[in-house]
Amino acid sequence: MLAYIIRRVFQGAFVLLIVGFIAFCMFRFMGDPLESILGQEATALDRIELRERLGLNDPIVLQYGRFVGNAVQGEFGISYRNGVPVAELISQRLPATLELALVSAVLALVFGIVLGVYTAIKREGWLANSIMSLSLIGVSLPTFLIGILLIWIFAVELGWLPSFGRGDTGSLFGIQTSLATVSGIKSIILPAITLGLYQMTLIMRLVRAEMLEVLRADYIRFARARGLSERAINFSHALKNTLLPVITIIGLQLGQIIAFAIITETVFQWPGVGLLFINAVQFVDIPVMTTYLLLVGAMFVVLNLLVDLLYAVIDPRLRVAKR
Amino acid sequence: MNSDSSDLLLDVNNLRVEIAQRQGTLTPVDDVSFKINAGEIVGVVGESGAGKSITGAAIIGLLERPAGIAGGTVSLLGQRIDNLPLKELRKIRGSQIGTIFQDPLTSLNPLQRIGDQLAETALAHLPVSRSEARDLALAALEDVGIPGAAQRLNAYPHEFSGGMRQRVVIALALIAEPSLVIADEPTTALDVSVQAQILTLLKDLCLKRGMGVMLITHDMGVIAETTDRVVVLYAGRVAEVGPTASVMRAPLHPYTAGLMGATPSATRRQGERLQQIPGSMPSLRNATVGCAFAARCQHVMPQCIDVRPPLIEHESHEVACYLHDPTVAPDGARHQLISSHGNSDGVGQ
Repeated sequence: MLAYIIRRVFQGAFVLLIVGFIAFCMFRFMGDPLESILGQEATALDRIELRERLGLNDPIVLQYGRFVGNAVQGEFGISYRNGVPVAELISQRLPATLELALVSAVLALVFGIVLGVYTAIKREGWLANSIMSLSLIGVSLPTFLIGILLIWIFAVELGWLPSFGRGDTGSLFGIQTSLATVSGIKSIILPAITLGLYQMTLIMRLVRAEMLEVLRADYIRFARARGLSERAINFSHALKNTLLPVITIIGLQLGQIIAFAIITETVFQWPGVGLLFINAVQFVDIPVMTTYLLLVGAMFVVLNLLVDLLYAVIDPRLRVAKR
Repeated sequence: MNSDSSDLLLDVNNLRVEIAQRQGTLTPVDDVSFKINAGEIVGVVGESGAGKSITGAAIIGLLERPAGIAGGTVSLLGQRIDNLPLKELRKIRGSQIGTIFQDPLTSLNPLQRIGDQLAETALAHLPVSRSEARDLALAALEDVGIPGAAQRLNAYPHEFSGGMRQRVVIALALIAEPSLVIADEPTTALDVSVQAQILTLLKDLCLKRGMGVMLITHDMGVIAETTDRVVVLYAGRVAEVGPTASVMRAPLHPYTAGLMGATPSATRRQGERLQQIPGSMPSLRNATVGCAFAARCQHVMPQCIDVRPPLIEHESHEVACYLHDPTVAPDGARHQLISSHGNSDGVGQ
């Protein structure tokens, strides 16, 4: 088991190295950084000097090595736009994104799994069929449109919820979060639904399809023949076997929640890293963009690692080596 | 006669199963009747698609839509069970009728320890506490001959070999001490040496507990070795019922005779070829008016094609064939049939 974890951690580190290389290449191919740092009046000597000082004359491998070395220490360079270290910028913005992603993920998981199981068990019920039809909306409507529709209904027409911003933050278990204040909670509802709706419907349809498959399995038939109650069959036997393959995809989907937060954060002007990234794109603020890329890559790697570990916890067949 | 009816465990009477389809209704089980007494192993044999498994599923109410019971009755210990609501049926499944399916590799929940699966079944049917259920689980594993049962309670299904898994499946089916066991091809997925062990185990348990066993198989060898009586199904209908030894020695129905001819045995002369039954079973879509076997039968008579032969008692058998109907058959036909076993040429012209 330990060997398995270590192997997976190394695999994750390798993936991050590749992501880092792509991010590094962005540095090199998105124009000469000297142009944006030095003004138009800079002399040729200034250029040579700065080039030497930034290490841009070194071989690419060496530069990449230096980049990785700095990144490992949490050094991602300085934002071109506001001259602040990128690490600082990100760490200011990250809590807002994580909080949004967390609420969306919980919504998507809870409703996705519950509705998926319900529609699988009551396959021919009218409510299950209505839910299935409605879920098409969630799968097919683009995120920004859902966001705008929600703003229109709940903020503009009904005036129940704020249309943008994060609201006040308060301290909860020593963490600054908007979940600690009423205005914060009100502010997070619409963006969280917007961000999580697609994943929720996807998880729901996935759970339903997988559950229908599992309900046809021999061991479910055998459980029926043993006279177990429907509840025991559905929840203790079928659900666990259903979630096994679904977990992998759920892990990837949660990574996408963080990656897709860009759109939602833009629509709701949510002050997270997604919005930071969009602003950075407008100003060709390469250090911020690269760091964001690395961050999202790291999120995916960590989520996948967690999924793999969870897999081993749930499925005894993967634990064989231990015995 | 009196003692007979008091031992009567399962009574299947004119059972008919239909599958409603857009193109019309299929009838995979058509007017099937047979009885199983306590302590008796009854084999149900026939080729693929003859309706063996569907009959088994219909008895425990496990038919899946669009298949359903369309007629006839199923009674267990004198009580009708074919029309029970699901809740009542669930009480019977596992506690009065145990079921064993063909493939032990897929019959067990892969994510649950077998001790938990056993205890769960016991808790569903018996008024026991968790720890008592655990003891029952241990006893059940010991009964089916699993070595080191106490440690094996905590094992997962994938940690057992195929034969051992089938023993676990049997333990699961029998933990609540049902009076009837339906075993649907319990040994088909196992290799031959393990097959014999599992059949011996079933036989022993049947003797020890006085259970009735309905053994569904397509293997005449299994039938010969294990069963007391045999029900031969063909195209969803009963072709012949009788004591196993007598059916094997002197089959009355031409189809049964064909099955015997197609079964290898040690007494067969060397170099002698197995007999094939020419043709194949009619598809459910082209249901026949007369005898379903008529198209493949060497002894076919005009009435076989027009009118379906009823199940009649003949000697110790019941058989659905005009050859044995004294009102129809010419006297010589029977002798011809018996001698045709193993020598199918030149008879019944």
